[in-house]
Amino acid sequence: MKADIRQFKQRLGFSLLTAMAILTVIPIVAVVIYILVLGIPAINLEFITGFPREGMRAGGILPAIVGTFYLTLGTTVFAVPLGISAAIYLSEYAPNNRATQLIRIAIINLAGIPSVVYGLFGLGLFVLFLNFGTSILAGSLTLSIMTLPVIISTAEEALRAVPQAFRTVSISVGATKWQTIRKIVLPQALPGILTGVILGLERAAGETAPILFTVAAFFLPRLPNSPLDATMALPYHLYVISTQVPGMPIKIQYGTALVLLIFVLSMNLVAATIRSRARARRQW
Amino acid sequence: MNKITIENLSLKYSDGTESLQGITLNIPARQIFVVFGPAGGGKSSLLRTLNRLNDLADVVHRAGTIRIDGIDIYQPGYDVIQLRRKVGMVFARPVVLPLSIRENLTYGLEVAGIKDPARLEEAVETSLTKAALWDEVKDRLGDPGATLSGGQQQRLCLARVLALEPEVILLDEPTSGLDPISTGKVEESLQELKKEYTIILVPHSVQQAARTADLAAFLLQGELIETARGETLFSNPEEQRTQDYIQGRFG
Repeated sequence: MKADIRQFKQRLGFSLLTAMAILTVIPIVAVVIYILVLGIPAINLEFITGFPREGMRAGGILPAIVGTFYLTLGTTVFAVPLGISAAIYLSEYAPNNRATQLIRIAIINLAGIPSVVYGLFGLGLFVLFLNFGTSILAGSLTLSIMTLPVIISTAEEALRAVPQAFRTVSISVGATKWQTIRKIVLPQALPGILTGVILGLERAAGETAPILFTVAAFFLPRLPNSPLDATMALPYHLYVISTQVPGMPIKIQYGTALVLLIFVLSMNLVAATIRSRARARRQW
Repeated sequence: MNKITIENLSLKYSDGTESLQGITLNIPARQIFVVFGPAGGGKSSLLRTLNRLNDLADVVHRAGTIRIDGIDIYQPGYDVIQLRRKVGMVFARPVVLPLSIRENLTYGLEVAGIKDPARLEEAVETSLTKAALWDEVKDRLGDPGATLSGGQQQRLCLARVLALEPEVILLDEPTSGLDPISTGKVEESLQELKKEYTIILVPHSVQQAARTADLAAFLLQGELIETARGETLFSNPEEQRTQDYIQGRFG
């Protein structure tokens, strides 16, 4: 009798957890399906490769796609080398003292700052004080600062996950610390670092607030040809056509959302592929 | 002729543990010198001061001198990298670097700037032969080192040390994770290796100490209790504490 009750409780617990797991997946799947259904009718060659027409109510979104691509690229150029270097310092070199703790706390807190605050900061520092103007340069730098904490903490974690014994052995056969990092630690941590980098960049690609004051143009139907040009960008364009333009066809809005979604999800796919490949190859 | 002389060596870690207290030892060339005793006695610490791997640990205090070939290895300006090539180390758990079998052997040479493929290839074959592993792996040198069995991995680690043509080899419980057959193979190679190298072994049991020692030193809680020829020390120790430990009354 008692055993029956235990069995029942066990089953109940298991079913509940399964239900919860399914529940979390539903919204994600729903969003994707919803956007696919409403967005697909808008997708055609002109939409991807053309310029907006008729007050953005028709034509394509090429400038926004290219703008987001450049912004992601710019963020990569600034945030990735800086973030990985900082992570190497923190994981391999930083002494365990108050200054290091302070740096760590600063990084954790940076990750919690609302993105609109980064936008204002970028406006103040890059656009006005450094006089970059509303430009891809200013926007990329702002996005970089926002992305850095994510890159640093995931990269540091990936470096720390490499077994200490590898470092000891490498040093014991006469390698210097830097040789050990370059030849043993970094290659082993690389998949984890790349995953963090891509997740960070993905967030940068999808953010509206940080580019609002620093780079994004309301309507600019040409492609940028210098880092000091302003540009349209997908997330901001989506905001504009969803709230600022009366009489906007629904399919253009959802088509734009779909393109942004595909942009971000394909980066996610790359990260997942790198991760699973590395896991299959890993020897520890 | 003593290869290594240790004078009054003391070592203290930052957590306050006193690891070694006034150790004085002479280690002759081309013998198997066994350092044994219960856990926490400072055996690993002693080994790791000889290739200055302890530089990486939180050592707050070190006193005394260690001379190899008469040269103080802790003197300012001493080339530590060179020292670590001269004094190789095999660890308790076989740690194969996440590289191929061949690269595991050439790694130490490559970081020292040796690029000549013929020389690297020769080092691979020579070191694997000396570590009694050549026949088993000669057709799969490109495979990841981690695909070898535990016993093979430990012999690969030994070969990795031999590839650097060291003068001294430190072995810190090198057979603790191995089955008796693999252990036997490692002990056999040690008898062969001592013809060329000075070997300092922390054994994983008193029995192994007695089997392998030319000379032995008994270390208890950071103190050197006694040191003597192996046959003397294991049959007729001077100190009561040594006798008690050898006969298994504590430890």
